[in-house]
Amino acid sequence: MREVLHIDWTRCDGRGLCTELLPTLLGRDDWGYPLAMQAAGGDPSNVVIDFQHSEAAADAVKLCPKMALALAYEADQADETW
Amino acid sequence: MDNTLWALGRVSGIVSLILFTGTVVLGILTRSGRPLLSIPRYSLTLIHRNFALLATIFLALHVGTLVLDSFAKLTVADVVVPFLGSYRPFWQGLGTVAFDLVVAVVVTSLLRRRIGVRAFRAVHWFTYAMWPIALAHALGNGTDGTSKFFLMLAICSLISVGAALVWRFSTNFLETAKTRQEELQ
Ligand code: SF4
Repeated sequence: MREVLHIDWTRCDGRGLCTELLPTLLGRDDWGYPLAMQAAGGDPSNVVIDFQHSEAAADAVKLCPKMALALAYEADQADETW
Repeated sequence: MDNTLWALGRVSGIVSLILFTGTVVLGILTRSGRPLLSIPRYSLTLIHRNFALLATIFLALHVGTLVLDSFAKLTVADVVVPFLGSYRPFWQGLGTVAFDLVVAVVVTSLLRRRIGVRAFRAVHWFTYAMWPIALAHALGNGTDGTSKFFLMLAICSLISVGAALVWRFSTNFLETAKTRQEELQ
């Protein structure tokens, strides 16, 4: 199992709180929207969260002003098929 | 005892108003998506929330002490239903309206995950009504409302919230406003 942070871009307004909290995992495009630097399963709206970043990711979910972030656990296998 | 309650009721009202002014300005700053000097965006959001919490606590203290104290002649009904009070009912009623609005904004903020972003935001807009109503209540109802100190405070508060509002509705308000406009052209 691994922890994955999902960004819902239809809700996100690029306010940049999550990119501040997870600077090594999330980049920011010109419009301010966050992008996964290492996309889980090739999808830049999903970010794999390792143990060290778990707390910061939980903070981002709580603080996102647009409630555009969600944390979920998924099976590791998703990666192996890639 | 009554003197203490009366004094506490007045002071907590003023403190609450100062904190609400800070909350509104911080909220506008948060909305712009910009960090402030070296304070990151997520900290600003937290400060905005904590200011709101403190302001609400002082508001509860303000209302609570004045219900208990005998000078103000405030009944429990006056806390929720506006314009029924015995002393300057209009100005006191404004305080009740502001109080009700604060309750609505706080409750929807705490429940924002359940009720969704739309309902949360719709109710949050009421802050812009709440703040001037609360200020009017302080000026018209407050025992210290027309003192020099309070008038100075009211003017400073009006200037800060006014300036924040002008900025709020200016075209470069959003951090990403420039890029977003260029892309649209
Ligand atoms: S904190 Fe939320 S709104 Fe802001 S950039 Fe991240 S996902 Fe988007």
